[in-house]
Amino acid sequence: MDKVEIPAIRLTGLKKRYGSGETAVDALKGVDMTVWPGEVVGLVGPSGSGKSTLLKCLGAVIEPTAGRMELAGEVIYDDGWKIRDLRALRRDKIGFVFQAPYLIPFLDVTDNVALLPMLAGQDNASARKRALELLTALDVAHRADASVSQLSGGEQQRVAIARSLANHAPVILADEPTAPLDSARALTVVRILNDLAREYRTAIVVVTHDEKIIPTFKRIYHIRDGKTHEEAGEGRPI
Amino acid sequence: MINLAARDVLHGWGKFLFTGIGLGLLIGVTLTMAGVFRGMVDDGKVLIDNSGADLWVVQQGTLGPYAEPSSLRDDVWRGIAGIDGVAETGNAAYLTIQMAHHGKDTRVMIVGIEVDRPNRPGAPPYLTAGRPILQGHYEAIADERAGLKLGERVKIRRHDYTVVGLTRRMVSSSGDPMIFVPLKDAQEIQFLKDNDALVNERARTAANPAFNRPGVPGLLEAAQAAATQARNVNAVLVRVKPGADPAAVANEIQRWKRLTAYTRAQMEDILIAKLIATSAKQIGMFLVILAIVTAAIVAFIIYTMTLAKVREIAVLKLIGAKNRIIAGMILQQALALGVIGFIVGRIAAGLWGPAFPKYVLLLPQDAMTGFAIILTICALASSVAIRTALRIDPAEAIGG
Repeated sequence: MDKVEIPAIRLTGLKKRYGSGETAVDALKGVDMTVWPGEVVGLVGPSGSGKSTLLKCLGAVIEPTAGRMELAGEVIYDDGWKIRDLRALRRDKIGFVFQAPYLIPFLDVTDNVALLPMLAGQDNASARKRALELLTALDVAHRADASVSQLSGGEQQRVAIARSLANHAPVILADEPTAPLDSARALTVVRILNDLAREYRTAIVVVTHDEKIIPTFKRIYHIRDGKTHEEAGEGRPI
Repeated sequence: MINLAARDVLHGWGKFLFTGIGLGLLIGVTLTMAGVFRGMVDDGKVLIDNSGADLWVVQQGTLGPYAEPSSLRDDVWRGIAGIDGVAETGNAAYLTIQMAHHGKDTRVMIVGIEVDRPNRPGAPPYLTAGRPILQGHYEAIADERAGLKLGERVKIRRHDYTVVGLTRRMVSSSGDPMIFVPLKDAQEIQFLKDNDALVNERARTAANPAFNRPGVPGLLEAAQAAATQARNVNAVLVRVKPGADPAAVANEIQRWKRLTAYTRAQMEDILIAKLIATSAKQIGMFLVILAIVTAAIVAFIIYTMTLAKVREIAVLKLIGAKNRIIAGMILQQALALGVIGFIVGRIAAGLWGPAFPKYVLLLPQDAMTGFAIILTICALASSVAIRTALRIDPAEAIGG
């Protein structure tokens, strides 16, 4: 890995406190994390450890309480938001893959993927072209005109991954992306994420409990009681 | 940019369409109520227009002949005809009765007209079939809605009448079809007592010492003869000369004849502003309630549709969709529902309107106003759903 590169994600002492006074809960107690472009990193930990809070902070969905957060070299939080338009930040710099695909049921497969570039202002034709490229890369181009309900669970998850990449986001946050899948399909999704990270130089953070896929990560952040501990993963070939 | 509202509607078009049809039937009822009101106004207007009169001369101090009882002697027209500016007069008698016909009761307005020459004020301005009344008795011209046929004989009170002509849109201010008969027959129908009552009245008069005074021979006979005569009418309809000012002629009649004369505008005011005022308020209340119900239903439907899309809206917000895109989607759907509802409602009102016993007049300008109100209601009703949608936290798309 070329360490001269700018990290896709750099968190320094990131804290998040819910509530105030005696009922305050410190969900994150100073998280440090660095993820490089092209890297797939696992974020694991028991329930209530702060995984989802960290993911929401990373996704600019909730505001941290303190610390510093950089995405692709841009400081977005430093004891306060440094970016005014968080929606645009999410749209342009962060891709999301959820536990369930959460595709828009009233759009067909192509438009589910093309919607993101369209929201960013691209014209329909080029947005659809981009969508077809990604669907081809993810091997679901043959279902491009299908409605979401006609897809299998695995196909839906691949379309969701394609959507997360549609705006060339430097960071993808995947929240339990293999939870509803069997072993074979789960490993396929991880392989796809690894391939895409390599091909598009995208940094991918995978939040997971899934014992099947944890051994595939080369680097894992364990989170417990609001603090992260980095360790090397097995990096088992898929 | 994809039209999210259209895609969502097309995705569940059946549900959306049926919802729109349901709403449309409610809107149809609303439009019909407006049509009933317009029909009442139109009934009043055609009553005035079709009478062919410029002035209505009635008993002093009354709002006759349509809104209040009015009684005049049938020779007062002679004095009126002599007033400057009067071109033509016509006695008219009006009486609303329940007429039994083919075993069915029909409410009709009997109109007595002078038949000595056609186109006297008060006579029907045109016939759709048959001929004018030519005989002095027992012929009738009926409005088509009375359900009578040409040549048919119909019993009105004590006599049978032959229908010699048919006309159209000749109705009372209540929408009852008119049956025109010769004036003398109408006077008899309205003012003449039945035989039993006459016998009793004669006996009563004969027993009255005031009519049996010595030295006044023939007084009793004269009094009894007067009781069997029907020499009253309800109004004298006046047509003024070209160029004459109806208001000035009305003033002259009131000044010299001690009668009340109404111009066309005044009669319109009596029929529309006074006579149907209560009904208009009733219908107005109904329309307001229906508008509120429509708004509540649209708000509920759109709100429910929005709640069913919480996850999709959260995902849209998470991936960067602006508030205006989400608000636009909900607003467009509410408006689309309004458009479907209006189209269905207008068609429904057009289909069931003619089946109403009273005239339902669906005016294009009312439809356009209704359309604008429906769109406004839909837009306002969608604001509740939009507010809810904008409050959805994008974090809802992320588990935990």
